Amino acid sequence: MSEPDNGGITTAPMLTVRGLRRSFTRPRASPLRSAPRVHALRGVSFEVTTGQRFGLVGESGSGKSTLVRLVSGLDRPTSGTVHFAGREISRLPDRRLRFLRERLQVVFQDPTGSLDPRMRVRDIITEPLVAQRHRDPAGRLVELLADVGLPPEAADRFPHQFSGGQRQRISIARALAPRPAMLVADEPVSALDVSVRAQILNLLSDLVQRYELTLVFVSHDLAVVRHLCDTTAVMHDGAIVELGPTRRVYDEPRHPYTRDLVAAVPTLRRALAGATASDLVRGSSLAEEAGADPTTATGAERTQP
Amino acid sequence: MSGVADHGGGWNGDRAATEARGAARTVNASLVTGGVLVATVILTALLSFLWTPHDPVHNDSGARLLDAGSPGHWLGTDKFGRDVASQLMAGARITLLVGVVAVGIAAVVGTPLGILAGMARRGVGEFLMRVNDLVLAFPALLLAIMFGAVFGAGTLTAMVAIGIATIPNFARIARGGTLQVLSHDYVQAARAAGRRPVGIALRHVLPNISGLVTVQCSVSFAIAILAEAALSFLGFGTRPPTPSWGRMLQESQELLFSAPALALWPGLAIALAVLGFNLLGDGLRDRLDPRLAERRT
Repeated sequence: MSEPDNGGITTAPMLTVRGLRRSFTRPRASPLRSAPRVHALRGVSFEVTTGQRFGLVGESGSGKSTLVRLVSGLDRPTSGTVHFAGREISRLPDRRLRFLRERLQVVFQDPTGSLDPRMRVRDIITEPLVAQRHRDPAGRLVELLADVGLPPEAADRFPHQFSGGQRQRISIARALAPRPAMLVADEPVSALDVSVRAQILNLLSDLVQRYELTLVFVSHDLAVVRHLCDTTAVMHDGAIVELGPTRRVYDEPRHPYTRDLVAAVPTLRRALAGATASDLVRGSSLAEEAGADPTTATGAERTQP
Repeated sequence: MSGVADHGGGWNGDRAATEARGAARTVNASLVTGGVLVATVILTALLSFLWTPHDPVHNDSGARLLDAGSPGHWLGTDKFGRDVASQLMAGARITLLVGVVAVGIAAVVGTPLGILAGMARRGVGEFLMRVNDLVLAFPALLLAIMFGAVFGAGTLTAMVAIGIATIPNFARIARGGTLQVLSHDYVQAARAAGRRPVGIALRHVLPNISGLVTVQCSVSFAIAILAEAALSFLGFGTRPPTPSWGRMLQESQELLFSAPALALWPGLAIALAVLGFNLLGDGLRDRLDPRLAERRT
């Protein structure tokens, strides 16, 4: 997994995932049968080096969100390890993960659910600072609001007084508050209106640069990952089926599933060439999800070279 | 991607919309009616400290069993010649005192227990809730009568017994609310931010279940009033000569056919107070329930 395209920054792995498995036990459906096990992750391994922009693509149910929870120390694996900055985090209890909370932050998918409706924006954004006993959280607040393009008055309002895009800005500001080294973004734009997705993606891209963040970006939307990430891993059914430099994964997909995935992205060019929606849908289970979504089309069109 | 200029376009629009929603809020009939009834009880109790038409415990042998509307005694007098209106006013104090103390005990003990049961590991939470069910299955009045037998009947015993018997209601409500709050991503975000469980409980869970707990307070208050009246009626509650609605009922029992109005007034007071707290609870539920609040926004 060598990725030369990260601007010559040191290539020490910041995040190392080895043989990660996670199974869940479903409530038993019948007292006669044992409780069914669901294998969300079936042995996932990869590395993310410092400064990398690592994209994780897969359809819903492929285990992306489980993986996000494991690498952010919000869940523990059934087996396998996660190392962050050389320290294993997959066996530590929450109270010993302080170093991780300082250096790895998460942006969640749905900004409505990830912002406490009873808290003011001021308290939401400074929560990591207060929880980690930083000095002068209030001073940092103004800076953070400006960084994500919100006016200072926003601090005294409640989340429901903002639009979806603005809420995701609040969520991003909170993640940046402790000046983390790594940002894990779990489908950060898929809950947003099409019209604001581009704004939020550009903002993320800018901030990753400004804060010198290592990015792990999870999405079901290939066009978005292609735009933002230098390395792409394709997940299918709890495993990574393809991993490599983004350009290579898109231009010469090796795994059949990746080929399906790439082929399913409708592009303006192909549409102009006479491909109909039914052509695109044909042959891929993912086409329904990606094809029905107008952003995918515009996003792909926009990122065409 | 072309750089889309970022503007706060939605900002003012959202704000205006929020304010419009606030103004368009419909008047909640339960909340208003319940609030008026409860306020009446509270004001009456407060007023009784400063002024009552007569001394509520003064026996006037010359004015026994006067009818309502008699000069100086709007609601008449009882068999000892005590002024009924004055007794009702003073009785509101005991009613409120019992409610406040009993609900206070139940909320202060039950809510943290419920949060704990919700946040603890599954097995521990389930165990706590089964214990809770056990206490819940025990009739409050029976517990109060047992307490009365052991510690001596009195207002304090009654309040504590009613309070303890009400704890499971709060624990149950709090646990349900906690589980619901914990399912939200903002709790995961708080963990990722480095919050400890106690911080999550205080900063996220408690504020978000406060509406549920407030509603439960109001409803439990109504139940506590009824329980106190029942206990006093049975002789396990407030002792003479302190005026209490329940005891007024009991004392009027033997005269039910000759002076039915004596039972009517305290009965009406109890019914209206209970109705008031129940309506207030209902109204608050509509106003404070976080789920409904989210739907509104």
